[in-house]
Amino acid sequence: MRSITKRKPVEEVEQSLKGFEQVYILGCGTCATMTKTGGRDQVLEIKEYLESLEKTVTGWTVIPIACDEMTEVAMRENERPLRNAGCVLVMACALGVHRISTYTNNPVIPALDTLFIGLEEKPGHFREVCIQCGQCVLGETAGICPVTACNKGLLNGPCGGTNDGKCEVDKNKDCAWTLIYRRLKLQGRLDLMRKYHPPKNYQTAPRPKTVIISTSEENQDGSV
Amino acid sequence: MAVSKFKEALNSGKFLVTCEIGPPKGSDLTQMLHHVDLLKYRVDALNVTDHQSSVMRFPSLGGCLAVKERGGEPILQMTCRDRNRLALQADLMFAHTRGINNVLCLTGDSILVGDHKGAKGVFDLDSVQLLRTVRQMEAGKDMAGNDLEGAVGFCAGAVVTPEATPIEPQMIKFEKKVEAGAEFFQTQAVYDLDKFAKFMEYARQFPVKVLAGMVLLTSVGMAKFLNANIPGIVVPQELIDELANAGRGRALHKGIEIAGRMIAALKKDSICDGVHIMAIGKEEVVPEILAKAGL
Repeated sequence: MRSITKRKPVEEVEQSLKGFEQVYILGCGTCATMTKTGGRDQVLEIKEYLESLEKTVTGWTVIPIACDEMTEVAMRENERPLRNAGCVLVMACALGVHRISTYTNNPVIPALDTLFIGLEEKPGHFREVCIQCGQCVLGETAGICPVTACNKGLLNGPCGGTNDGKCEVDKNKDCAWTLIYRRLKLQGRLDLMRKYHPPKNYQTAPRPKTVIISTSEENQDGSV
Repeated sequence: MAVSKFKEALNSGKFLVTCEIGPPKGSDLTQMLHHVDLLKYRVDALNVTDHQSSVMRFPSLGGCLAVKERGGEPILQMTCRDRNRLALQADLMFAHTRGINNVLCLTGDSILVGDHKGAKGVFDLDSVQLLRTVRQMEAGKDMAGNDLEGAVGFCAGAVVTPEATPIEPQMIKFEKKVEAGAEFFQTQAVYDLDKFAKFMEYARQFPVKVLAGMVLLTSVGMAKFLNANIPGIVVPQELIDELANAGRGRALHKGIEIAGRMIAALKKDSICDGVHIMAIGKEEVVPEILAKAGL
């Protein structure tokens, strides 16, 4: 799994940091490093930028996996410069921001926008493959998710906006249903495309989504 | 149950004509009402668009009510882009109570092609599911299986793109729409009648009426724009040349002639069951097109 992020415009970051003169910066050594949005280089770059705004950077670190519970340890090791700062600027995905927020009472400011959970297809090319809808149809759609890869999330075949295998939204993007059609045809399973898919249940796991994995004291459904 | 005049026309075996009406952006309905009055007795039904091309406009429901009030036969276009299943069902019930007896079920264009690009695209249902919803509500049940106090009744239609490439996925969806209860289809604009006739050989296997989409060509630039930007529309070079050779200021006139000629050919050879004219802002000239077609 990769959490794909992009950097917020510096003007937005500057606006968010208004009134904070001392800032501590946290990056992430996993996804945000890979996407070049919150690795060491980007942390140092924003540090320089903040200093050009005459802010004091009380310290910085790149946490190996910001969304992991070990983040607490990394933050404890940097307790003093963290405490000296008025806020924490986080260059990790929203998972990292959430994790970090649980270990500090200081305001936590995101420097990145979290775009999607995706795969790296070739170096530097990321693609969203799953929106985590809670009702997987990949077995019937030749391993291509129409809920994610079709702009309209259609379940019963392509819209009329597709042509030459491309999407009406962007001629550089593939039409998910043409891909599904071609692969199902290749597999001799086009009958699956003829099957009617009823409306999706958008409440399979109502928000806020939570799951409790059974421990020895608990049953599968989370009851003790 | 109220009887749809359009359904009676569908079953009469006559060559059908429907025309598209585009509601305005704003509350001044003068021009739309003028078009309605101009066309209401000349065509079998007026088909009111639903935020066409994802551009926010006066609603299709409001346009259909206006058509109805003025004595015309409206077809309610309903896309799945802007309403979830609660809102779609509610609007179907409302339309039914106000004598709107025809509905055209569409997926809807992407939000991204319109003028409110940051909006949330709903697409809770797709066109096939919406068709089934209409049929289920006719049987007195809502989508959750609850009993309705009073069912609805509609002549339900859908769309198909006969010139899409590859065509097979569109055919599969066409068949799903037939199974879901579509009674009539209007097509994306067709200009190559031989190719369309081949599609009709296939479509004739199914118990549905097909109205060929006819987008009025108004200039060479517009024809080229369709080719470059609208999926599933192919304006052949001969027609573009014909428009180009029409002479200065005569392209629209030529477009009217082409549309009239094509409609006449479709009717003469009984290639399909009728036409759906999309004049896109030039509704004023639809009577001329019909005259050229001999209708």
